[in-house]
Amino acid sequence: MSASSPATPAQVTLPNSLRSGPDDRGWFGEFGGRFVAETLMPLILELEEAYRAAQADPSFQKELAFYYKDYVGRPSPLWFARRLTETLGGAKIYLKREELNHTGSHKLNNVMGQILVARRMGKTRIVAETGAGQHGVATATVCALFGLKCTIYMGATDVERQKPNVFRMNLLGAEVRPVTAGAGTLKDAMNEAMRDWVANVEDTYFLVGTVAGPHPYPEMVRDFQSIIGTETKEQIIAAEGRLPDAIVAAIGGGSNAMGIFHPFLDDVDVKLIGAEAAGLGLDSGKTAASLSRGRPGVLHGNRTYLLQDADGQIDEAHSISAGLDYPGIGPEHSWLNDIGRVEYVGVTDQEALDAFQVCSRQEGILPALESAHALAHVIKIAPTMGKDQIIVMNLSGRGDKDIFTVAQHVGVEL
Amino acid sequence: MSRIQARFEALKAEGRGALIPYLQAYDPDLETSLALLKAMPGAGADIIEVGIPFSDPSADGPTIQLAAQRGLKAGSTLAGVLEMIKRFRQGGQETPIVLMGYLNPIHTYGAEAFCRDATQAGVDGIILVDMPTEEAVWLRPHAEAYGLDIIALVAPNTSHDRLVHVLREARGFVYYVSITGITGTASASEAQLKDAVPKVKAVTSVPVAIGFGISTPEQARVASQIGDAAVVASTLIRTLASTLVDGRATESTVPAVIRQIEALAQAVRSVEGVS
Ligand SMILES: Cc1ncc(COP(=O)(O)O)c(C=O)c1O
Repeated sequence: MSASSPATPAQVTLPNSLRSGPDDRGWFGEFGGRFVAETLMPLILELEEAYRAAQADPSFQKELAFYYKDYVGRPSPLWFARRLTETLGGAKIYLKREELNHTGSHKLNNVMGQILVARRMGKTRIVAETGAGQHGVATATVCALFGLKCTIYMGATDVERQKPNVFRMNLLGAEVRPVTAGAGTLKDAMNEAMRDWVANVEDTYFLVGTVAGPHPYPEMVRDFQSIIGTETKEQIIAAEGRLPDAIVAAIGGGSNAMGIFHPFLDDVDVKLIGAEAAGLGLDSGKTAASLSRGRPGVLHGNRTYLLQDADGQIDEAHSISAGLDYPGIGPEHSWLNDIGRVEYVGVTDQEALDAFQVCSRQEGILPALESAHALAHVIKIAPTMGKDQIIVMNLSGRGDKDIFTVAQHVGVEL
Repeated sequence: MSRIQARFEALKAEGRGALIPYLQAYDPDLETSLALLKAMPGAGADIIEVGIPFSDPSADGPTIQLAAQRGLKAGSTLAGVLEMIKRFRQGGQETPIVLMGYLNPIHTYGAEAFCRDATQAGVDGIILVDMPTEEAVWLRPHAEAYGLDIIALVAPNTSHDRLVHVLREARGFVYYVSITGITGTASASEAQLKDAVPKVKAVTSVPVAIGFGISTPEQARVASQIGDAAVVASTLIRTLASTLVDGRATESTVPAVIRQIEALAQAVRSVEGVS
């Protein structure tokens, strides 16, 4: 069963296309599935049905296109980063400006799509998990827009390091519930959101923030985020008359990366690179690099690469960036990793901090620390490439939320 | 005949349902939980459910979450849990043991290795909260080959069609999750159980155990009569937790939980209120 992006209903997937997954049981090769409690099975089956109906409904596509344009502010520009390109002295660097979306990141693309699905299903209450708070802010935003009750679960550690976003969610009328279980980060928030959902099956919609979770979430979130790659393709052809040589994106759960990669999966000459958070270093034991340092397992509804110990207990992830601080990754990435279509690399906290400052000073853009991981890799590879080559980087979010963290690391007291 | 089947047949002859108390392995340490496990049959446990500690128990409330954390801190591993069951079996062959937990540790251990080692240790069934029927294929052939019952879970929002689908291959007993929610929070009313449980029984011949939210002897009695068994978990863990000092077991830990099980067992054995 093919699943072309709702924003591009005319695109056709070939039978042997890399874009045709998942299968009708939600599997990308050996990854994905629906590993949920029986209480949740009727809900995800109902969601799948509602999503299929929405996909096939031209009025849904039209409505989504309207909100993308006039509320989210799409299309987002593709910016030629001239100074950065000159400084690095190699490939031409383009930035896909997802940080210019309303609420400051790519997260609203997905949230906008899902909230319209939730409304079609008649749900009146929304729960979501958040790490950096970007997904929580996006969710709180659309709940305000449509007058829906909104509860956001956020790890207590993240509440501490992302205070501005917590206050933003409150201003938008959402209730933020800090989660103290575990290390108080994204995985604990995800557990708690699932507990809430299981206890409120009648009226509540679980608005997952990345391309993970039980089927159909990985597929649905990818479809909504694919607007990023679809626009990028048109924009780079308009600017350069050809496709880029490489596309680089940061990986938390993997939604901004999947969104920009997916429309290019069959363009095999375009190198796709995902930057995982290596934290203090891939071999430091303090990383969030699920593909580089994990192995397949089952958590939060899907089979995918996970950071875990020898007994199958899930490890705590570590990253300076709250949005990447997750021990798993979306199942489609696990599959793309195993078939070798996408290359996944590790970027440390320090490399991301350095890239944050380079972007700020050279392009006048404060990038989110998440996006700075992708930029750090661009900084590594651009000088090794020819001046006639092209890199597109997904600038998934803006960095205003991170200034406190950055200040602390450069020894400035705010 | 499996130990689980034999136990339910014997209880049927006695004219009563089963009491299934729960404990989390290694909570708060291996020796205490093993002592508790060994004392449970004498206190009136008909079947025992042993929780496998997991780092991310997303279907459990705070009580069992904390128990799992204590278990992990005490060094629990799946291999360790199987070893604990083996030691229990050295002293008791009759009481069926059903493990309950989440899929990832089993997945890590390996499907066939787990079914082999678990049955060798004397485990009779496995309940995996995050493994719906649709995702059971990787485990089922091995479970069948080694005679380990995969216990199916159903819930109040499971439709008739889904009940038929889920219970087609039911073995051992069916676990009816009596509320839509997590462990140790809300309880179903007697009227709700009387409405829902017959619908489950109508599509399967295996016994139906009712769990989630059963904490008083009276609730256990009612559930064991409307269904075929009552599972009691969080309240026992709360009792256990209340006896700990700095997270460690005390003299009163095992006796306190055992006294509570005795009271539950007495209620399940009383015929009072049978209509
Ligand atoms: C700006 C930004 N980029 C990236 C991410 C990582 O998520 P994903 O990998 O799903 O894009 C986040 C998550 O919060 C984010 O806020």
